Amino acid sequence: MVDCVTGLRCRECARPFPAEALHVCDYCFGPLEVAYDYERIAATVTRERIAAGPRSIWRYRDLLPVDDEAPVDLGAGFTPLVRADRLAAELGLGELWIKDDTANPTGSFKDRVVSVALTKARQLGFKVAACASTGNLANSVAAHAARAGLESVVLIPHDLEAAKVTMTTIYGGTVIAVEGTYDDVNRLCAELTSERPSWAFVNVNVRTYYAEGSKTLAFEIAEQLGWEAPDHVVVPIGSGSQLTKVAKGFRELGEVGLLDEVPEVRISGAQAEGCSPVATAFAEGTDAIRPVRPHTIAKSLAIGNPADGWYALEAMRASGGSCAAVTDDEVVEAIGLLARTEGIFAETAGGVTIATLAKLAASGAVRRDERVVALVTGHGLKTVEALTGQGRPSATIAPTLDAFDAAVRDREESESTR
Amino acid sequence: MSVTIRIPTQLRTLTGGAGAVEVDGATVGEALKQLDAAHPGLAERLFDADGALRRFVNVFLADEDVRFLDGLATPVAAGQTLSIVPAVAGG
Repeated sequence: MVDCVTGLRCRECARPFPAEALHVCDYCFGPLEVAYDYERIAATVTRERIAAGPRSIWRYRDLLPVDDEAPVDLGAGFTPLVRADRLAAELGLGELWIKDDTANPTGSFKDRVVSVALTKARQLGFKVAACASTGNLANSVAAHAARAGLESVVLIPHDLEAAKVTMTTIYGGTVIAVEGTYDDVNRLCAELTSERPSWAFVNVNVRTYYAEGSKTLAFEIAEQLGWEAPDHVVVPIGSGSQLTKVAKGFRELGEVGLLDEVPEVRISGAQAEGCSPVATAFAEGTDAIRPVRPHTIAKSLAIGNPADGWYALEAMRASGGSCAAVTDDEVVEAIGLLARTEGIFAETAGGVTIATLAKLAASGAVRRDERVVALVTGHGLKTVEALTGQGRPSATIAPTLDAFDAAVRDREESESTR
Repeated sequence: MSVTIRIPTQLRTLTGGAGAVEVDGATVGEALKQLDAAHPGLAERLFDADGALRRFVNVFLADEDVRFLDGLATPVAAGQTLSIVPAVAGG
């Protein structure tokens, strides 16, 4: 167990802290970030060493904040990077790729961050894994805790999609539905962290480690493109953590020599109009992110008070990226478009990304001459409610050839009159 | 004009353990300066080198973040309560 972590450091005032279950600077309240010995990593890590590793996020263990011979692992990461020519043609784009994180063990990118968080939590001696979640994190924490033999306590808003609730409870942990929004749940968990210091809240007291798991998205994209960076990445924004860490991941690839230099990757953000505090601040050119009360079908992104919103703004602006928000109708349309053109069924957050990509392509913010990657971060089966009324068979018939022929004829006629 | 300022746990070492402090001041900025006068050391925890509120320090007047009122120039009335709240992580 030899990680290259030198400690934690406040992102705001740079004060150092030990690599323990800490997440906030006790001096200025800034978030803590993992500090690495990049020279030591550079001396160890090579493309060959990575290629010889497991087909999971743990192939990048040299660049993760915890090392363990047997990590808490369901096989998160190393998901397909799919060339999306048919979608590109629809959107008027050139080289477009989809990072298909629906293929993760519990169907979302959260497996990346949870695998890292619980591996670290177990090393720190925690016996209980807890979290505040909009659903995907709940699924992942409950599953990974079961795998590791840890207890889990998951807190969710009371109005989540049925599949996400069922999928959390099946793993046998404690699931508490809270009458309120995700932001209410989150505030409760922040208070609980003080009251229950023996619990590892993956997105509170071990958040510093947890968030680093999202860097693996950047690592995989570069490796799967043959160790080249894309020109432009479109990332959905909930808390803003994923976008911030994708930017950090690309930077690190240059710093440790896996890429020849730190690549210039434009990072653009995607939000739903019903919860778009970051897109609003981006459009207004301000740093002050006004919290909102979310109202959108994209519940996994329904964070009205995004913890890393400021850093996401900074990453988008510094990289020359853009940011936009889309309506719920556009989200549903985009879920269908992605499925029809590329055979990938995304949850509502993926619809947000694709709809925003379409909008940015139309406005020229994402260009035809760019190599573009869009992150599809969760599986469509988790949010089927959003598609109510759409998931009907083309026809329902008696089990006879005549009935089949009649149904197909009707369908052909209706298609030809469109 | 007496204003109550609620102090988060992390800063109570500077207020002798007090969770609330009464100060005078007609604006948020004046009240916080008075707080530092009464309990030296608080200002450098709350303000950056330019004198602005640190990014992860939230100050609420009633239930509204003062960043969305008039910031440090926001007027406060006698009897009102200011709360200093660290930003919440999560997500």
